Amino acid sequence: MSADRFLSKRETIVLVLLALVVLVLMPCLNAFLPKTSPFYVTDFTLTVYGKYLCYSVLTLGVDLLWGYTGLLSLGQSLFFALGGYALGMHLLLMIGKLGQYHNDLPDFMVFLEYKRLPPHWVPFYHFWFAAAAVVWVPGAVAAIFGFLAFRSRIKGVYFSILSQALTYAACLMFFRNDFTFGGNNGMTDFKFILGHDLRASATQRGLFIASGLLLFGSYLLCRWLTHTRFGKVQQAIRDSENRVLFSGYATANFKLFVFVLAAVLAGLGDALFVPQAGIINPSEMAPDKSLEAVVWVAVGGRGTLLGPILGAVGVNMLKSYATRAFPNSWYYLLGGMFIFVVLFMPKGLVGLPRQLQDLWQKFRPRSQTNPVPAEEDADKVGRARPAEPGTPAPPPPRDETVNGTGSL
Amino acid sequence: MLEVQQLDVSYDGSQILRGVSLVVPAKKVVCLMGRNGVGKTTTLKAIVGLLKPSRGAIRLDNEVLGALTSDARARKGLGYVPQGRDIFPQLTVWENLKISLVVHRKKANGELDRVLELFPVLKTMLERKGGVLSGGQQQQLAIARALLTEPKVLILDEPTEGIQPSIIDQIGETLIKIRAEGKVSILLVEQYLDFALSVADSFYIMERGSIVAEGPIAHLNDDVVRKHLTV
Amino acid sequence: MIPQFILTVEGVNKSFQGFKAISDLNFYMDVGELRTIIGPNGAGKTTFLDLLTGRSKPDSGKIEFERDTDLTLLNEYQINRLGIGRKFQTPSVYTDHTVFENILLSLEGSRSLFAAIFNRITTAQRAKIQEILELVNLADKPRRKAGTLAHGQKQWLEIGMLLAQNPKLLLVDEPAAGMTDEETARTGELLMGLAGKHSIIVIEHDMVFVRQIARKVTVLHQGSVLCEGSVDELQNNEKVIEVYLGRKKHA
Repeated sequence: MSADRFLSKRETIVLVLLALVVLVLMPCLNAFLPKTSPFYVTDFTLTVYGKYLCYSVLTLGVDLLWGYTGLLSLGQSLFFALGGYALGMHLLLMIGKLGQYHNDLPDFMVFLEYKRLPPHWVPFYHFWFAAAAVVWVPGAVAAIFGFLAFRSRIKGVYFSILSQALTYAACLMFFRNDFTFGGNNGMTDFKFILGHDLRASATQRGLFIASGLLLFGSYLLCRWLTHTRFGKVQQAIRDSENRVLFSGYATANFKLFVFVLAAVLAGLGDALFVPQAGIINPSEMAPDKSLEAVVWVAVGGRGTLLGPILGAVGVNMLKSYATRAFPNSWYYLLGGMFIFVVLFMPKGLVGLPRQLQDLWQKFRPRSQTNPVPAEEDADKVGRARPAEPGTPAPPPPRDETVNGTGSL
Repeated sequence: MLEVQQLDVSYDGSQILRGVSLVVPAKKVVCLMGRNGVGKTTTLKAIVGLLKPSRGAIRLDNEVLGALTSDARARKGLGYVPQGRDIFPQLTVWENLKISLVVHRKKANGELDRVLELFPVLKTMLERKGGVLSGGQQQQLAIARALLTEPKVLILDEPTEGIQPSIIDQIGETLIKIRAEGKVSILLVEQYLDFALSVADSFYIMERGSIVAEGPIAHLNDDVVRKHLTV
Repeated sequence: MIPQFILTVEGVNKSFQGFKAISDLNFYMDVGELRTIIGPNGAGKTTFLDLLTGRSKPDSGKIEFERDTDLTLLNEYQINRLGIGRKFQTPSVYTDHTVFENILLSLEGSRSLFAAIFNRITTAQRAKIQEILELVNLADKPRRKAGTLAHGQKQWLEIGMLLAQNPKLLLVDEPAAGMTDEETARTGELLMGLAGKHSIIVIEHDMVFVRQIARKVTVLHQGSVLCEGSVDELQNNEKVIEVYLGRKKHA
């Protein structure tokens, strides 16, 4: 007897198809087609979409926290940026003498008259150390902050405000030139990653594929996790934390786990984002960046994992287009869209088909009485579909007649 | 006159009131009774507009109240004194009273004196914060506050609950005085039988969300009481 | 053999800021009994349950569970683990989860993070969930979202969630509130069916329901036990009548 699969057959097919398009088709269209072909995908396009894929990983974490656990963290871009800085440090060191000042030290250190590399920078010469830091730095910060917050039972609005404060404080720290992380200029001008020239198409392709793999992997991980009993507890915490406590679960631990996981995912996302963007600076940690991520999730549809991805990619695509087409007024367009979604599409893009279906149901002429509410279809697994208009309705199941004031 | 017809009220998926009908004639005191959980407070909340009925009509002097919000109903003449008094603890007695005058945009004068005459104990503590008053004093303040809005119907939810016997007697006498003045009718929810017997003109008894007995107060005899109000 | 009490409450007092909520309360309950507690407003019924579950601590007196377990020394979580479960008046099921999941989340078993992520549902657990669903009349709708259930069904689901923790003593606060007549009768049957295997205290106001389920009824008044007996006995008891009609206020 098969256990419940966490992906339905249909979803598996769709995912495989998407994986083929993203991981195989697009890079091929870049690598093997001549530049004049109408199907050619430019390096630039790959990079842009690669960044969107990284943003999507960030939003998965936001949704895991907000949509599934009820924790609205307005500071996820801090963890995103921390991961980016970790890798950025390594990339900066890899520039070596090819930088502006032809010095082993990174440009900003020369500019600020450092005599030698600060000790905490030294291990970042090694890629594996930087890669590990991408995971444990955001993870550790999240663990400490989360531990303190959840043990003190901080939740709701206060938690959101605190997360904003955290990212803002970090942003201010990183802006300081004496903080040894590049100050307000950040880190840029990267040349090599693992020996490969960052400016080469092949490297960019590789990064694009890696971003895609990260996204798929993260998505599968999140889907699996929300399917386990852990996921059920998580969602119960979202709906009624006291009840969960009352059932004997230490909810603080569950929340901490998700918080750290979301932070790690964010860190990994920026680690792949930074080599594609070519720069990281403290404004990545600015409070509004975290808000943007939340908006992507809201537009896409929170609590669905797919929605955030759609939101991240869709809104950023729209933003790219709007900044070019309406250079003076693109923010009105974007702002208007946000307002529209919040007012009229509470379930986001993902919920749109269902919303339209419900609207259609409301306005089409009634040719049958009381259409069966969809929640009850779940009981009728194995039975015939609900009656078409014109055919006699099947007799209601016995228990429904008992409750005179039931949901029917 | 307050008329309630065939009221159905549901809350959170369960039906609390089923076809409740009652009448509060002008200048009369009507008592709504029943054990805990039968729907008395729900009925009052529906009348003042805090709960929306799924069926039925509420009329004040033949005007349907259906679409009106609670504050509109208060201005129309419903003076509600909820269970637990709900006075403002951080405001003084004087400020609590003054707020009622603002409802009808009146200036303090005649009405205020009259009300303080009805509840002389309030006169001695106009500067005290509402929160430090005893239960009985708070109840008197709450009734005074409602009276200041010059209601047509005074609606009281268990005014004797948690109050010492001497104040209960005072409140009873005051309600009788108010009735005698003939300007206000009173709808009273009460479980304290003797109080109801001394003050009311007619009664309704509820059980499981419907009216199961009604009539002039003289008809509230031991049999009816045993059947619906005790164990 | 002396029949064992599941609950021994002796000389318990509890005051809140000068107000005496529980006054020299004595209460004894047999294992497997279904006891109904009634009483007018302010009698102390909810405070009594709070004392039993550890939500508040008595000022003085003894509260013993089964033999020798002093509940006054334990906290809420520990008392819950002992096997005392409380069902509150308003249903608090997980509305977005299915009926099945609601029971699953309440099922006895490891509550650790690790177990939640990696332990799969065993056949034994499935069987137990099925058993509980059948007990509470919800076996035909395991996949229904709890939020869409009728009020009465939500109450049953919540009783089911309580049962999933294998409680020895169930404390049920006003289970019939807001139910249709049909639902009320079914709830009564449900509770009567559970007695014996479980000990149950029911607090209620609905006399029709009380008559259906009650054998022994305890009347609380002003924080202590006024009297106990069958419904018929209490109906004719002058003290009880007076208390319900408020006459005691002028005593």
